[in-house]
Amino acid sequence: MQIVVDLARCQGYAQCVFLAPQAFELHGEEALLCHPAVPDEQRERVRQAAAACPVQAILLGEAVSRGAR
Amino acid sequence: MPGDLKEGRIVVVGASLTGLRAAEKLREEGFTGSLTIVGDEPHPPYDRPPLSKQVLFGEVPANATALPMRRDPEAEWRLGVRATGLDTVGKRVLLADGEPVPYDRVLIATGTRARPWPNAQEAALDGVLTLRTCDDAALLAERLAAGPRRVLVIGGGFTGSEIASACRERGLDVTVAERGPAPLVGALGGTLAKLAAAMHRNHGVDLRCEVTVTALRGHGHFTGAELSDGSRVDADVCVVAMGAVRNVEWLAESGLAAGPRGIACDAGCRAFNMYGIVTDDVFVAGDVSRFPHPLFDYQLLSLEHWHNAVEQAEVAAHNMIHPEPLRRPHLAVPAFWSSQFGLNIKSVGVPTFSDHVVIAQGSLEARRLAVVYGYRGRVTAAVTVDMAKSLEYYQDLIETAAQFPPVAGASDRPPAAEVPIPSDVPDPSVLYHGPTVALTGHLPDRRLAMMRPAV
Ligand SMILES: Cc1cc2nc3c(=O)[nH]c(=O)nc-3n(C[C@H](O)[C@H](O)[C@H](O)COP(=O)(O)OP(=O)(O)OC[C@H]3O[C@@H](n4cnc5c(N)ncnc54)[C@H](O)[C@@H]3O)c2cc1C
Ligand code: SF4
Repeated sequence: MQIVVDLARCQGYAQCVFLAPQAFELHGEEALLCHPAVPDEQRERVRQAAAACPVQAILLGEAVSRGAR
Repeated sequence: MPGDLKEGRIVVVGASLTGLRAAEKLREEGFTGSLTIVGDEPHPPYDRPPLSKQVLFGEVPANATALPMRRDPEAEWRLGVRATGLDTVGKRVLLADGEPVPYDRVLIATGTRARPWPNAQEAALDGVLTLRTCDDAALLAERLAAGPRRVLVIGGGFTGSEIASACRERGLDVTVAERGPAPLVGALGGTLAKLAAAMHRNHGVDLRCEVTVTALRGHGHFTGAELSDGSRVDADVCVVAMGAVRNVEWLAESGLAAGPRGIACDAGCRAFNMYGIVTDDVFVAGDVSRFPHPLFDYQLLSLEHWHNAVEQAEVAAHNMIHPEPLRRPHLAVPAFWSSQFGLNIKSVGVPTFSDHVVIAQGSLEARRLAVVYGYRGRVTAAVTVDMAKSLEYYQDLIETAAQFPPVAGASDRPPAAEVPIPSDVPDPSVLYHGPTVALTGHLPDRRLAMMRPAV
């Protein structure tokens, strides 16, 4: 599973950082950085984080598969 | 017949952010025909912003930024295949390898590439790099991990500044050479450029402004560069961050209005041909497009922003499968972000479309502020530094063409500096980095130091 955050929309509320600290971190006061590739064992937490984002800036989904033709 | 627009053959050229989001939207809105996505990179769509941030910090591998799909676009992906031409009469996309692909409607989403160092021999030196693709990022991250003596970054735009910030984060010595008077000045004007320069220096960047790099030196390997002020910078790695070039060469014979500033289209993403007549079946979106925006005097904007790519891709997709009366304009207010030196810089509107600015909240000293930009007495842009939550308020002022300077007390605090000062956006031709928001129509005469008090 992959994550992308629409950082034009993100307001740095940091809910995601509290809920899934392995996937999201703040750099400085409010610059959000995420780890785009989510290991299986973190899926649930990341799902919760995405659901909790007050501006719904977090998108989860599968990547287009490598062998796509 | 309108019903038929949901069927037929659609080809998307460019398999990145714009291409993927458009493809998803086509299916979401009921397109049932065949969809082919052609992309010259071997990789499935991936996200570029982390390449100059997390990836260079060494936190995320360069090949781990694949974009999530919102839904499977059920497309035929032709990855690693370059489009070499568009036959708009025969309605075919020509490919470097393989049969031409016929289309009923085509979306051009070929984006940009890094502007290379102009001297090809010097550019070929080992250690001279650019940053646009995940392969570029993998190579740069590897070179940074090897612990070079010094990194030279040519260009103090957003990408160059983020690279310099990552180098300092890793404890590496770094020199930034910028032809303009300060980093980011081309995109944000004089006030915030002062802050940018201070951030570079406070974080230990060796910042050289108003200099040109005259030569890159080395025998096989890059060893250093000469500057126009007579000095020399010894370094093992050189990153050329001199802005982007639009991927339009493949359209040279297409008869479309494709040039160095991108492909001109209408607000509904339909491409213009070279006579300025709008086409019916060729659409454009993302970094490669230029489009008119009513908030900015209908000048053609070319933006290199993630958010614009997403919004415009969706408008293009919608319009590709709907008849005229149901088509939508691309009216999103431009918005982008950058994170560097631990600061979160966010922008709405077009900061270069301005004659004056005012610090509406916070201060340069606090490194936390909101700067509002005005043009002829109305608000046209706002940039926040570590004040993202205020941005929405200013976006509203831009959308409603509110008067500039904004009335005191309109925000949660009175303006920190009551007096608007010239926005001081220099002529882009004197900079190494182009502005990220480029106004490519006639430029407003910003030097017209006319104070416009509240009307
Ligand atoms: C290092 C970096 C950091 C960034 N950081 C930020 C940021 O912090 N904030 C922000 O708002 N934006 C940022 N951006 C900009 C953002 O990534 C772009 O706006 C976005 O990628 C645009 O998407 P696009 O699909 O229009 O174009 P692109 O991503 O450029 O994709 C175009 C694709 O088309 C392919 N292509 C080109 N020509 C052909 C051809 N003839 N045939 C087939 N395929 C072709 C290209 O190889 C490429 O894969 C950053 C960009 C980079 C490079
Ligand atoms: S919860 Fe949403 S708004 Fe808050 S930091 Fe995370 S992504 Fe941004």
